[in-house]
Amino acid sequence: MSLIAITDVRKSFGQTEVLKGIDLDIEPGEVIAIIGKSGSGKSTLLRCINGLETINGGSIAVAGVHVSGEDRQLRELRLKVGMIFQQFNLFPHLSAGRNVMLAQTVVKKTPKEEARRIAEEMLDRVGLGNRFDALPEELSGGQQQRVAIARALAMKPAALLCDEITSALDPELVAEVLQVVRKLAEEGMTLITVTHEMNFAREVCSRVVFMHLGKVHEIGPPEAVFGAPKTPELRQFLGMQ
Amino acid sequence: MTDFTLWDIVRNLLFALRWTVLLSLVSFVGGGVIGLLVLFARIAKRRFARLPAKLYIELFQGTPLLMQLFLVFFGLGLFGISVPAWLAAGVALVLWTAAFLGEIWRGCVEAIAKGQWEASASLGMSRLEQMRHVILPQALRIAVPPTVGFSVQVVKGTALTSIIGFIELTKAGTIITNATFQPFTVYGLVALFYFALCWPLSLTSRLLERKLHVSHRHH
Amino acid sequence: MTYSFNFMWLATYYPVIVKGILITLELTIVGGVLGIALGILCAFVKLYGTAPLRVVVATYVELIRNTPFLVQLFFIFFGLPALGIRLGELEAANIAMVVNLGAYACEIIRAGIQATPRGQFEAGASLAMSRLETFRHVVLVPALQRIWPALSSQVVIVMLGSAVVSQIAAQDLTYAANYIESRTFRSFEAYSVTTAIYLILAILVRQAMAGVGRLVFPRRVSR
Repeated sequence: MSLIAITDVRKSFGQTEVLKGIDLDIEPGEVIAIIGKSGSGKSTLLRCINGLETINGGSIAVAGVHVSGEDRQLRELRLKVGMIFQQFNLFPHLSAGRNVMLAQTVVKKTPKEEARRIAEEMLDRVGLGNRFDALPEELSGGQQQRVAIARALAMKPAALLCDEITSALDPELVAEVLQVVRKLAEEGMTLITVTHEMNFAREVCSRVVFMHLGKVHEIGPPEAVFGAPKTPELRQFLGMQ
Repeated sequence: MTDFTLWDIVRNLLFALRWTVLLSLVSFVGGGVIGLLVLFARIAKRRFARLPAKLYIELFQGTPLLMQLFLVFFGLGLFGISVPAWLAAGVALVLWTAAFLGEIWRGCVEAIAKGQWEASASLGMSRLEQMRHVILPQALRIAVPPTVGFSVQVVKGTALTSIIGFIELTKAGTIITNATFQPFTVYGLVALFYFALCWPLSLTSRLLERKLHVSHRHH
Repeated sequence: MTYSFNFMWLATYYPVIVKGILITLELTIVGGVLGIALGILCAFVKLYGTAPLRVVVATYVELIRNTPFLVQLFFIFFGLPALGIRLGELEAANIAMVVNLGAYACEIIRAGIQATPRGQFEAGASLAMSRLETFRHVVLVPALQRIWPALSSQVVIVMLGSAVVSQIAAQDLTYAANYIESRTFRSFEAYSVTTAIYLILAILVRQAMAGVGRLVFPRRVSR
């Protein structure tokens, strides 16, 4: 059984249909890159997977849990998939460590000491073991994004959704974040990333999804998608025309 | 006691309501005029003009309106003038309103971008010309909603003048209560009358503010 | 003007004034703490409550904000006994202040919550937190921090407004002034001294609110 099963998913904002019937199955341990022009629906697809947007048609199931609008189900679903945002979205009033601890104690009812230990471990994993007490505003963008990754990892998710996680970063800070993601991929974490980093997609991902006008336009291993694009739209997107 | 019908109560309250309205108008207009002076002193270039204005505002915003009423009432008495309640009420409310409006308007003037001052200065305008032609017209637009909003505070503030014996809506309520022994009905009605005066002003202020925001976004 | 000022009465009556100050402070602290709590509750209901609850809160907020505090006080103290609710002067004064501040605090806090970036709600949701959990742990503190200056001003306004509780014979600072005035006939002096004390109290309350802010909100290291 695939970890994430997306079947004929449709999503509209008002009159505009952003997703026009998406089918995609993702196996455990896969690393997927979703690429495409802005407005192609790639971020929307990601947000549908953990229920930040409600779909208008089709179905999404994560590890057997169907994504619906129902609150209890949403909670169960979101325990299975973590999400990293373009703008980090750290909680500004909490230290880095407390950011990582919060949902553990609130949602999973993990005892404080245990949550603290996990938070230290996760911060260590993203190379920020020494910044437990730093407030978000005291951290660089790259460091904030790594805390956000630690925060998602602490919930022990089965898959991680990354929504253009390096787009808001200064160029010199991109590498440190991608390094962390690369390591996660090597450790076998299931990753679905919307990204503009083509080198990253080429080197790290098992499959690349090219979205165009709300549909999966081309899909395949990176060698195929980047090496031998079949459609003129993808060739144009890759600047090969 | 049985002589008072509900209509009698309403009629008597309505009768007193006009004094609340009149006092509110006088306070708002008088306070507006003096508030302008406070504003100009507050944003003057010279420190000796700014400092007294700042003290004036601090004093009136940092003490109870009720105390201000007492001080005017008894203070004018020191000069050997026997002050009628309506005069003390009017003077105190005008001074109080002026402090708040002056401060509200200062905020509006200061919200105008520094570039506007610099641009008009670079065109050779004097400070007065800058104010008159460039700053005030812009400040006026953003000043309208909070000014209307403050008029609600003025109307509510007039209720305190009942304490020094001015017979307006609240005082009338007390007098009628003493005659009818129906405080629940009477004070309920008094509150409703204030609400009828204030709520439209609150709504207008909110509406104007929303309009301002919308037009700002479109530019 | 031949009037000569006389402050000799202070020597006799200062205990009355001290007692008045304490009562005014008590009213302000109780009113401030419970009023802000009520404001938080109402702001939450107004933003996330069911439609009937939202109407109830909106009505309460509009009624309070558009009627004088003095009339609210009279209604609670003189009017409510008609419904069988009998309150002492201090109880009535306390309740009136909580109810009054609650309405203003509701609007101020609601504005603070609405200024929360959408990403904060989404981050909370993506960590499987419920709406209430996100509100309580993620949204509330930064929202309060955003509007703390406005809330502080409102607490000062309510403190100054409390002067009218003397009208239902609650023995606050203004009651003390009235008492002294009636004994000594030194009206202007009595009210001048009291006014000065109110001014100092206003500054103190402001400082206290700033102090609470420093305690509750994380320090901003970089400025």
